[in-house]
Amino acid sequence: MATTHVEPKEAAAPAGQARSVNDLSIQVATVNGSGSQTANLVLLRAIFQMGIPVSAKNLFPSNIAGLPTWFTIRASKHGYIARRKDSEYVVAMNPETAEEDVQGLKPGAACVYDERLNLKRLRDDVIFYPVPFDQLVTPICPDARLRKLVRNMIYDGVLAKLLGIDMEEIHTALQKQFRKKAKAAELNWNAARVGYEFAEKNLVKADPYFLERMNATQGKILIEGNAAAALGSMFAGVTVVTWYPITPSSSLCETLIEYMKRYRLDKETGKATFAIVQAEDELAALGMALGAGWAGARSMTSTSGPGISLMAEFVGFGYYVEVPAVIFDVQRVGPSTGLPTRTAQGDILSTAFLSHGDTKHPMLLPCSVSECFTMATEAFDLAEELQTPIFVMCDLDLGMNTWMSDPFPYPAKPMARGKVLSAEEVRRMGGFERYKDVDGDGVGYRTLPGTPDRLCGWFARGSGHNEKAIYSERPEVYVNNVDRLAHKFETARLKVPGPVIIESERHKVGIIAYGTSHWAVEESLDQLRREHDIDASYCRLRAFPFHPQVHDFLHRHQRVYVVDQNRDAQMLGLLRLECDADEIRKLRSVRHYDGLPIDARTVTDQIATQEAAN
Amino acid sequence: MATTAVPASPAAKTNRIGLEIVQYKGNKSTLCAGCGHNAISERIIEACFEMGVEPHRVAKLSGIGCSSKSPAYFLNSAYGVNAVHGRMPSVATGALLANHHLIALGVSGDGDTASIGIGQFVHLMRRNLPILYVIEDNGVYGLTKGQFSATADVGSKLKTGVANDLPPIDTCALAIQLGATYVARSFSGDKKQLLALLKGALAHHGTSMLDVISPCVTFNDHEGSTKSYSYVKDHDEPIADVSFVPFFEDISVEYDPGTTTDITLHDGSHLLLRKLATDYDPTNKGEALRALTEAHDKGEIVTGLFYVDTERPSFIDLLNVVDEPLATLPESKVRPPKEVLDQVMQSLM
Repeated sequence: MATTHVEPKEAAAPAGQARSVNDLSIQVATVNGSGSQTANLVLLRAIFQMGIPVSAKNLFPSNIAGLPTWFTIRASKHGYIARRKDSEYVVAMNPETAEEDVQGLKPGAACVYDERLNLKRLRDDVIFYPVPFDQLVTPICPDARLRKLVRNMIYDGVLAKLLGIDMEEIHTALQKQFRKKAKAAELNWNAARVGYEFAEKNLVKADPYFLERMNATQGKILIEGNAAAALGSMFAGVTVVTWYPITPSSSLCETLIEYMKRYRLDKETGKATFAIVQAEDELAALGMALGAGWAGARSMTSTSGPGISLMAEFVGFGYYVEVPAVIFDVQRVGPSTGLPTRTAQGDILSTAFLSHGDTKHPMLLPCSVSECFTMATEAFDLAEELQTPIFVMCDLDLGMNTWMSDPFPYPAKPMARGKVLSAEEVRRMGGFERYKDVDGDGVGYRTLPGTPDRLCGWFARGSGHNEKAIYSERPEVYVNNVDRLAHKFETARLKVPGPVIIESERHKVGIIAYGTSHWAVEESLDQLRREHDIDASYCRLRAFPFHPQVHDFLHRHQRVYVVDQNRDAQMLGLLRLECDADEIRKLRSVRHYDGLPIDARTVTDQIATQEAAN
Repeated sequence: MATTAVPASPAAKTNRIGLEIVQYKGNKSTLCAGCGHNAISERIIEACFEMGVEPHRVAKLSGIGCSSKSPAYFLNSAYGVNAVHGRMPSVATGALLANHHLIALGVSGDGDTASIGIGQFVHLMRRNLPILYVIEDNGVYGLTKGQFSATADVGSKLKTGVANDLPPIDTCALAIQLGATYVARSFSGDKKQLLALLKGALAHHGTSMLDVISPCVTFNDHEGSTKSYSYVKDHDEPIADVSFVPFFEDISVEYDPGTTTDITLHDGSHLLLRKLATDYDPTNKGEALRALTEAHDKGEIVTGLFYVDTERPSFIDLLNVVDEPLATLPESKVRPPKEVLDQVMQSLM
């Protein structure tokens, strides 16, 4: 261990290197179950509190303890928050992966590592900062059982010193993280301080990377997409939540339970204005949500790919019987069990047409935590207005990672409960026909069970039925009914959120993307302009069915690249089904499907290569 | 007020809420003539009429199969769901979560319950959801033309002569073990017993599970079947004689406490169980399971109320929800004010 005391050199980069400020990725490699999440979130928050735009990607295994996990924090003065492929800093805490972690670094990168791993021998073009974690943790944490959990906080202190993170911000972030657990906060604070002091005394800054205060996060929040969707659901007025645990969607309902217990108990009686039930499987979860929707509740479930597969039959039932429900699909990598803790947009095609027979379903496509919130609210309105299951297609990257965002807007409009008739209205009309298209929008009127009049009753059946909801196998009745459902889908087309379009004046190259690919595309647009002189337009899809503006966008451009985080270009496939031959000829594909969140470089390279060949 | 006398037509009998029995009827059955399920529909109509059930509060629910068609044949003015195969319990659960004032009346079959639906069935039983769950049990799949179901007895024969070689699932034993709080078996041909058990179930708060042997006249009513009319008649061993006294009929019934057990149900109605051959305590789970096992061993079909627990809270009780149906709570109750969002946003900064 070095013993010479080195004066801190915060202001200057090592000789010969230009200072790089607020533009780096830090990758922390740990073993899962070692409490590293706390250390990583505190680091993230501290940088955020310094006003620097920041994002985080947690790459974790489908395991509780003992397997490798990586946490990447990106700080970007430009405000880019997509994943980046390479890192300037790695913190190598996991003996299993340390060598690989170091070998993967670009020249000039820095590596903070557990001294015992002796990584220095591996490369001479990487800057190494050895830290004796065990030696440092023992004196501050007498309880040997806690040491494993606390020692990770030491690297927060080391990084604070090396990168210039204000220790006061680490302190504030720790307080926030531990809230009422003062003892744990103090223990961790001591660990961070020990790390800082060690670095101050023993490490010589030899890399050019620095973090400095900015003012770009003022008034912003940090939240995971699942928590945002949970909040959105609460403010949407959800009353029945039925779910079955599955990664990566579990935290949506778990967070919702916490919020509802806090904010949705009746003030006078203390009783719940909601029911949340953990079902026996995904089939039951959706069956309950549909039963509740039939009886008039705002109901929801959340799941991921395997659950979507299981729900297929019930989704067709909901579609045909015309019952509202909201289904959050936090997509992960399939097929089958796939990579349960990795991200993908792999359920697009199967969900759009989920279930047997002619079925199609509206899907909302949030790209941000803010849209997780607003689209949750919209989804409940749409479900009741259109009387059909509505899917909100998130993914693991959005749902489980922490994102920076502007605060969410309070719902501007009152809840839209759709066409529900009261007993009085039915009496006045002398009865009603459940599936009759009275208004020409394909949406009939319904009554809720319990509506007190003998004229109000009706029978919801998944078998063939006429306008009066009575069993029928007559060919013309069947055709009328499914044609009306198709017409209702056209009503949905104009009701779902339309695309967001950024128009280039050149009108040659267009990009279509959706969901979390947005962040990579946003950065890629700059890269394409800067590096390849490609000034592309961008159409971000926010829902299926596609708004007519999407077709207009295709018409205005010569080549349109559709960005998918799946192997089979599923959104491109869906577009092909709705496009004419001229439009289809323009479609090109950009795909990324290795389980990691898509990055800008992937988009840029794939588009540049195809454009060059054009 | 009119002073001239209006010639009155012979008044049809009305129940305690002023409805006639015709108002509890459904569409004409399309099941086979003589199907046991039709008799069960008739008893459901009578039970609801006699109990003064408000039809608009009834949620009729079913899965798929002959049995599951039958909700169309009673209570036309009620609300119905003919759901997917074996998954009616989840739909019923959701409906009651949305509106716990509904009276859930589920009709299933032995295939719908004991095969494809066994998963949802067991979880329904353990939740003790307030529902009357009727299995119209004929031991075969009728709608697909006579394959064995999982309640068929060992040795029972199909029309083709093929014998069943797997042991039956006893849905009553399962229900008792899992936590249902009103568990009975009856026979579609036993009008009196079935009617009393149905009324008792309507008066109960919690899961009432009625397995009703209901012969399939087309596919399982032949020699060699253990679910034919003649076989069931010959082997039916009622565990007690059951009669029902509703809470709204102020009738004091004379009975001998030594031979009759009086069970007070949730709404104040009484079930009177008069001892037949042996002593039987329907509040004892162990005894209920033993009686069922012994009957199996003897090749008897034991019927009657096997188990009742009037104390266990229902699933809805456990959820501690507001009294008003969740479905119709106003926006002011379900959308927290802007200050709450501001507060949450502040905590995330």
